[in-house]
Amino acid sequence: MLTIAGRKFRSRLFGGTGKFSSPEVMKEALEASGCEMVTVALRRIDLNNPADDIMRVLDRDRYLFLPNTSGARDAAEAIRLARLARASGGGEWLKLEVTPDPRTLLPDPIETLKATEELVKEGFKVLPYMNADPILALRLQDAGAVAVMPLGSPIGTNQGVLTRFQVEIIISQAQVPVIVDAGLGAPSHVAEAMEMGADAVLVNTAIAVAGDPVRMARAFAMAVEAGRIAYESGLGAVSKDAAASSPEDGLGFLR
Amino acid sequence: MFTVPEFSTLQATISRATEADVLRALSSDHPGLDGLAALLSPAAEPHLAAMAKRSGIITNQRFGRTIQVYAPLYLSSFCANRCAYCGFSADNTIDRRVLTFDEAENEAMILHQRGFSHLLLVSGEAPAKLGVDYLEKLALRLRDRFAALSIEVQPLSIEEYARLFRAGITSVAVYQETYDRDMYNQVHLGGPKADFDYRLESPARVAAAGMREVGIGALLGLSDWRAEGLALGLHLAWLRKHYWRTGLTVSFPRMRPAQGEFKPLQPVSERNLSQMIFALRMFDPDVGLYLSTREEARYRDGMIGLGPTRYSAGSCTAPGGYGQEDAGAKQFEIGDNRSLDEVSLAIRKKGFDPVRKDWDAVFQVQGDRQQAA
Amino acid sequence: MKVFCNGEAQDIASGSRVVDCLNKLGLDPLSVVVECDGKILTREEYASHELQDGSVLELIRFVGGG
Repeated sequence: MLTIAGRKFRSRLFGGTGKFSSPEVMKEALEASGCEMVTVALRRIDLNNPADDIMRVLDRDRYLFLPNTSGARDAAEAIRLARLARASGGGEWLKLEVTPDPRTLLPDPIETLKATEELVKEGFKVLPYMNADPILALRLQDAGAVAVMPLGSPIGTNQGVLTRFQVEIIISQAQVPVIVDAGLGAPSHVAEAMEMGADAVLVNTAIAVAGDPVRMARAFAMAVEAGRIAYESGLGAVSKDAAASSPEDGLGFLR
Repeated sequence: MFTVPEFSTLQATISRATEADVLRALSSDHPGLDGLAALLSPAAEPHLAAMAKRSGIITNQRFGRTIQVYAPLYLSSFCANRCAYCGFSADNTIDRRVLTFDEAENEAMILHQRGFSHLLLVSGEAPAKLGVDYLEKLALRLRDRFAALSIEVQPLSIEEYARLFRAGITSVAVYQETYDRDMYNQVHLGGPKADFDYRLESPARVAAAGMREVGIGALLGLSDWRAEGLALGLHLAWLRKHYWRTGLTVSFPRMRPAQGEFKPLQPVSERNLSQMIFALRMFDPDVGLYLSTREEARYRDGMIGLGPTRYSAGSCTAPGGYGQEDAGAKQFEIGDNRSLDEVSLAIRKKGFDPVRKDWDAVFQVQGDRQQAA
Repeated sequence: MKVFCNGEAQDIASGSRVVDCLNKLGLDPLSVVVECDGKILTREEYASHELQDGSVLELIRFVGGG
């Protein structure tokens, strides 16, 4: 079973709540996904539309809420959002997102590390969203992050695990769970991430904008399970040219 | 804290390995501990040539066509430990010697003139004769003339390692000798070294103190070499996880039946040694692997390019032995007596570059360099 | 007196507490995070914290996000 910061999760698929066509569709899709933790964002309330509240449909007993700091462009903004999230009764869990570039939404490594250091001190359980930089992953862990969330490809691009090579390194060096997040566009992508040894994945866009989000959520859930079982069962060897050309080639010097 | 499983558990894991496991490990980029166990097992023996080839490919990718050369400098044969296998054991009646600073510097300069830039300072465990103060002082004296100074001495505390790091020591070797606790207790009859756990925890202290590199190893022949190999793999994996900034090396001192009075309890052949080296290379592509002058020239030449990356040369294991012919008791007998120039030539003949200097102290901020020697 | 809610001026009675302002805006206190003059308020403070003329309120809630 997956454990993050002492909390157990049966499902290794985490869901996002953005981009759905309606709160009702979101609710059904998340249920179909079987996920136990969902990300939410913080925004100013639209005072012209006070009743528009996704919290109406999200059962806080069913899902662990993972507030994110989306919109933050630097550590200071992220820290402020984090404190606001905690004040809302969101608990100490936090997906730290510091994305100064609104076009690519790629995470700023320096501000992310700075914010992680500060927020860990303030008692947050920080899950930083990061580019798939193995050294950064180590630095974030040293700073006290309870997991790391390397991106597969930029948010919303649905290109899959383009960062495969680096993610493998991160997984091999990790002391905390590795959650591949962002850019996972198809069930095959999450299966790939899980086969690599990722502890969990987070999927939002691919489910929310699918033709049938509920069925797509189910497909992703199955792919996460399949990938994880494959990883645990020991995948077969990929053939390499490792066979010697003759039985004792190159070892004639041995006595 | 690093802990090692029961030796019998390690042995059981290895003996369960099948040929299918071996083939999978040979084809994998990340064989993992299961793969390592398979590669160390008897089932892997028919595949030694394939292992050699794979090990060679990985070594070439990570290290290029280079072998780093260095020399050991024995400073003292005084030792409080009674280790059944060692020439310097407190139980042995031998003429013991500790070099004065000037003598040590003299020995070092002989090595410097011969072309060495990396030195391994070695001593027995006798702090009253040669302690941290001595090592610190010697390091300060030598650091400007040698690219890198390592030590292989008794386990020290984090503070002591940190002191030595500031003085110019950049790496520390501390071999567990055997990860088989029962055997360890049998051969370490007395002295501080009898504490298995303190020794086991030492590499972590070295890393925590900020040393650039730590070397681990087992004295092959004391117990089951296959399980030692798996234990070394576990130790490497643990150190990589907890001290990711620290470089790692493994050494393979092998007891030879003909050398010394202590007969290896479980003799390790050259084929066994090669299998162990290839397996560890495949398990950890980045680890430095030492092949010392205990091994014969023929073997050492044959292994160039197949996995090992660091060779000593022209070694003498008696304190003062570089400056005088008959310097007294040696720690162990040498198998490869060639000089640095001869070993370098052999390395070049195989198409490799013998690297005498792979670092420079000037790159490293090591604290107050004005400290008086 | 006037207070500013999410950048917009609102008229409310003198002596109003935060909770009164939320009620006026049709907001359920349980689903709202309030930052008053730069300070994040706890939910318990909504009933007790008195607003001043010119107070700046940021009213924030959870929304969908990835």
